[in-house]
Formats: sequence, C-alpha cells, structure tokens
Amino acid sequence: MANDSSRLRISAVNDVVRIDFVDRDILDEATIRQIGQDIQRKLEPMSAPKVLMCFTVVEHLSSAALGTLITVNSLVKKKGGTLRLAEIRPEILEVFYITKLNKHFSIDESAEAALKALA
Amino acid sequence: MPARIEGHAILRGPRAEIDACQSAVEQAMDQHGYGREALFAVRLALEEALVNAIRHGNRHVPDGQVDFQWSVDGDEARFDVRDQGEGFDPDAVPDPTEDDNLEIPSGRGIMLMKAYMSEVEYRDPGNHLAMVYRKSKGA
Repeated sequence: MANDSSRLRISAVNDVVRIDFVDRDILDEATIRQIGQDIQRKLEPMSAPKVLMCFTVVEHLSSAALGTLITVNSLVKKKGGTLRLAEIRPEILEVFYITKLNKHFSIDESAEAALKALA
Repeated sequence: MPARIEGHAILRGPRAEIDACQSAVEQAMDQHGYGREALFAVRLALEEALVNAIRHGNRHVPDGQVDFQWSVDGDEARFDVRDQGEGFDPDAVPDPTEDDNLEIPSGRGIMLMKAYMSEVEYRDPGNHLAMVYRKSKGA
C-alpha cells in the first residue's frame, strides 16, 4: 500500500522500499530537508533495507539535494542495506558524473533493472 | 533579435524571490533563443549562486541582502551576485570529487557552477560572484 508523504510517494514492492519524487524541481532547502526527514523516518525502524529511489519526473536538483541523497545512502549502508537510484534523466545524470557521485551510488536506467538488482 | 534584456533584484531570503529571479532570467534567455541545455545550466548555477549568497555569504549578517544583477543578449548571459558578508577563499573549499570527500554531503555548489558556466569568478574579498554563460557553450 502506498504511503504518501508530501513530496514523496513511498510504496513497497515485495521487500523493496520504492521512493518516487513527486516534484519536477528538488531545489528548495525546506523541501529537501523534509524529504530527508521523511525518508529517514521510513527507514529508521528497518533492518538491512532495500531501497529504490526513482527520479522519473525530476528535471532539476541542487547540490543540497545531492547532499540529502548522500546522507540517505550513508544511513542505508549503516543499516546493512542497499540503495539504488533509477530513471534519472540524462541532464541530471550528467550532474552525478560531474560530481563523480556516480562512483558513490548504484544507478540503473530503469526501475525494473534496479528491482532486479535488489532482488 | 531582441535587444539586451537586463534585470536587478534585491533578495532577502524567501524562496519566492529566487524563483522570481530564475523565471525572469529563463524568460529572457528563451527570448534570445538559448536552448534547453543552456537553460538547465544557468538554472543550476544560479540556484547554487543565490542560495550560497543567502545562506552562507550573509550567514553572519543580520537582515542581510543579496544584490543580483543580470543581462542576457544573443551571445551571452552575465550574472553578478553580491552578498554583504566578509567573503571567503573559494580555493580553500575542498575538492568534492576526491575519493575521500565523496561522502561529504556539502561543498558541491561551486564546482557545479564552474562546470556549467563559461566563466565563474569570485572577486575580492569573495562576496561578489561574477558568472558568464556563452551561447556557444551549449552549441
């Protein structure tokens, strides 16, 4: 069953927590802070979580948003889990390459590929 | 080709001010025929520049303001962002792409501006950022 927080759509796909962004722009600091808090609240009680974050609708993100992704990845790793990112538009993917964060994150072209890797 | 379009704004911090600036610049660039890649680059760089000035530059300045001036013509878009802080040394910011720094959540704004703009210069004492995007960069 989907569990909607204000800026995210969080759902369960088998044993994977799937997180979809609902906004085209992830720029506003307050929104980014809220996104980070919502994800941490969801993952906090979980052990070894498998997490998929989908960027299907995202057209712009800032360095502050990248910072939140890094924090989420650290939390997931600390819990012995796995985070994969998917469905990132080419322009946004370039941001990951420029910052070399493609080395830090596991990135898949599609949600299906990410779910397969998490299975 | 339309004439050069210029704008000036004083920002005090609310998100709506940044959005209004972004919207005005985007409209001007659109009128001058800049493509999607250019709009993406400038939007990203301006986001980092304005947020840095408001959040970091004016951190210790009560009721601080950020002065934002810009111009767009058929060849280039120029931006000047001035905060009222004491400035900083941009060369002292650690390289976020080094392996040891990849897990640090902050410190990527300046490198993104440099990657996406044609010119980025912090003028002494570091509270005046001048940036240029040349249309040829996106060609």
